[in-house]
Amino acid sequence: MSGFDFVATRLDTAIGWGRKFSLFHYPFVTACCGMEYMSTACAHFDIDRFGAGLTRFSPRQADLLLVVGTITHKLAPVLRTVYDQMLEPKWVIAFGACTVSGGIYRNYAVVQGIDKIIPVDVYIPGCPPRPETVLDGLLKLQDRIQRQKQDWRWARKP
Amino acid sequence: MGPETLIGEIRARLGPAVEGVADSFGDPVLVLRAADVRPALAALREPPFDYAVLLDLTCVDYAAGEGRFELVYHLYSLSRNVRLRLKASVPAADPAVGSLVGLWKNAEWLEREVFDMFGVRFEGHPYLRRLLTYEGFEGHPLRKSYPWRLEQPRIPMKGEG
Repeated sequence: MSGFDFVATRLDTAIGWGRKFSLFHYPFVTACCGMEYMSTACAHFDIDRFGAGLTRFSPRQADLLLVVGTITHKLAPVLRTVYDQMLEPKWVIAFGACTVSGGIYRNYAVVQGIDKIIPVDVYIPGCPPRPETVLDGLLKLQDRIQRQKQDWRWARKP
Repeated sequence: MGPETLIGEIRARLGPAVEGVADSFGDPVLVLRAADVRPALAALREPPFDYAVLLDLTCVDYAAGEGRFELVYHLYSLSRNVRLRLKASVPAADPAVGSLVGLWKNAEWLEREVFDMFGVRFEGHPYLRRLLTYEGFEGHPLRKSYPWRLEQPRIPMKGEG
C-alpha cells in the first residue's frame, strides 16, 4: 500500500464518520406510515440519538430522503423532482410495504415500489414498520455510509 | 310521521318519477327514473320533506351482462333526523344524468369523482373534469371493464417496457 492509499483510506473513514452522524432527512410522508415516522421522531424512540433527527423540508438542504407511505402514479413525478433537487451525496430509505413494493395495492393507481422511480439504499418492510425496525434500518444505512467509498468533490475523477 | 307514511307522501309528491320502492335490510330505497333525478331531489330538498343535506352520491357498476350503472344518492333531513336512499339506473353505453350542483355545493366534487371513476356525464355540471386521476388518464378505473392491473405511469418506470 502506498502512502496515498493510506491517507485516502483514513480520509474516507473520517468523511464517512462525519456523514453518517449528520444526516438531514427530508420526510416524504404520504400515508399511515407517517404516524410511525412521527413516533420514531418523538421522545420515546428519539431518532436524534443517531445523528439523523434534523428534519428539513427543503430537498436542497437534506441528504436522506425518507419515502414514507404509498406513492401513486399521480404523485410519482413530485417524488422524482424532490429526489433530483437533493444535492449529492444523498441516500434514500423506502419506509413501509407500500413504498417498498406497492404493499396491498395492486391496482391502476399505485407505483409498485419506488425503486421503479429512484434508487433506494435501505428497504424497511412492515405494514407499518415498528419504530425499532425504522431505527434498525437507519443504523444499517449509517453502517453503509461509513463503509462506502466516499465521493471527494475535489478528487480527480477517473 | 312514520317511515311508511313518509314514503307514501314522497311517492304522492313525486308521482311517476318514482319507479318503485326497494328494501335494503329494512331501510326503504326509492328507485327513480334517471331523467327525473334532478327535479325529484329538488322537490325533496324543500319543505315538508326538508332533505337539506346530500350525504353521499356514488355509483355502482352492474357489469354482469346487464350493461348498466346505478347512481346512488343519500339524503339526510336535519329537521326530522331521517335518512333516505335513492337509486337511478342509467345505461352503460351512454350514461348521463342531471347535475345536482345547483342544489348542493358538495355535489361538485362528488359528481366529478363519479365522472372520473365511472364515466357518467352530469348534465349541467360547471366543470366536469377528472378529480382523482390526472388529465390524460385513459378510461375509468372503477368500471368493471377496466383491466384491473392496467397502470398508466406519468413518468417512465425502470424495468418496464
